[in-house]
Amino acid sequence: MPKHHWEDFKLGTVTVYGPRLVTREEIIAFASEFDPQPMHLDETAAAATPLGGLAASGWHSCCLLMRIIADGFINGSHSMGAPGVDEVRWLKPLRPGTQVRVRATVLGTRASNSRPEIGFVNFLFEMIDDQDAVVTTLISPLMVRRRDTASQP
Amino acid sequence: MKYFEDIGIGERTVVGRHAFTADDIKAFAMRFDPQPFHVDEEAAGRSHFGRLVASGWHSAIVWMRLMVDERRRQEDVARSRGEPVVAMGPALGLRDLKWLRPVYVDDTIAYESEVIETRISESRPNLGLLTIRSTGTNQRGELVISFISTTFVERRPVNK
Repeated sequence: MPKHHWEDFKLGTVTVYGPRLVTREEIIAFASEFDPQPMHLDETAAAATPLGGLAASGWHSCCLLMRIIADGFINGSHSMGAPGVDEVRWLKPLRPGTQVRVRATVLGTRASNSRPEIGFVNFLFEMIDDQDAVVTTLISPLMVRRRDTASQP
Repeated sequence: MKYFEDIGIGERTVVGRHAFTADDIKAFAMRFDPQPFHVDEEAAGRSHFGRLVASGWHSAIVWMRLMVDERRRQEDVARSRGEPVVAMGPALGLRDLKWLRPVYVDDTIAYESEVIETRISESRPNLGLLTIRSTGTNQRGELVISFISTTFVERRPVNK
């Protein structure tokens, strides 16, 4: 299948990627390596924090979201990375045993003024759980190569 | 350690530094961000980056690990002096995360954080909220990453 260019992303398009099961072992392993705060490692310690029980690091939900969209469509596109992320909200604790999906909504597209070969696709990504509750939201512009207009009249 | 009430705007923390090896960059990206320019030197050479670069999530999460390590050092000092250990976290989220320059193989990134806003939580008035701007700078003095995050921090108990 040919890879997607910037022109293939249309305003308002909503696509759901996943699912992926997030296990207790994975939550603890990730936290041990990258975010070893007790609330991500130990049930008893976590119960005394605002999370109210063991929950994944917010960074873990971002990394899982990244992996799900990389497999979902980014590696099937002429991706050129992202300049950043406007906003991440950790709305709901991500608990062990949750099956997550990512809902991607195209909020807008624009051509780059400074680099004619690329365009921006602004996405709202929502990580949703088994009950369709939103766990994490992330708004980010992705950079995607444009079609070579010279060779495709 | 400082309770919410003791923390002032403009306070800075030297969070730590990290050298990004090729193995480190590829291992992280294989798990979480397997785009060709993060996992494969040859593909990266053909990309607009020109060589292997770390996932932006990797350069961000190294800050988190170094920050947790720094907090642990502060906790150990507090305990050894018989001072209170102040709880921090979780964070509510992030904003204005900017990947300003690529992080290349063998770059060493130095991270710092600065308090830019403090307020009492509306939903949990027994906790304060600390907003900080964190940055990473490479060995050439170039800013590579910047972001703003907001996290809970324990307030000074009223009876003390």
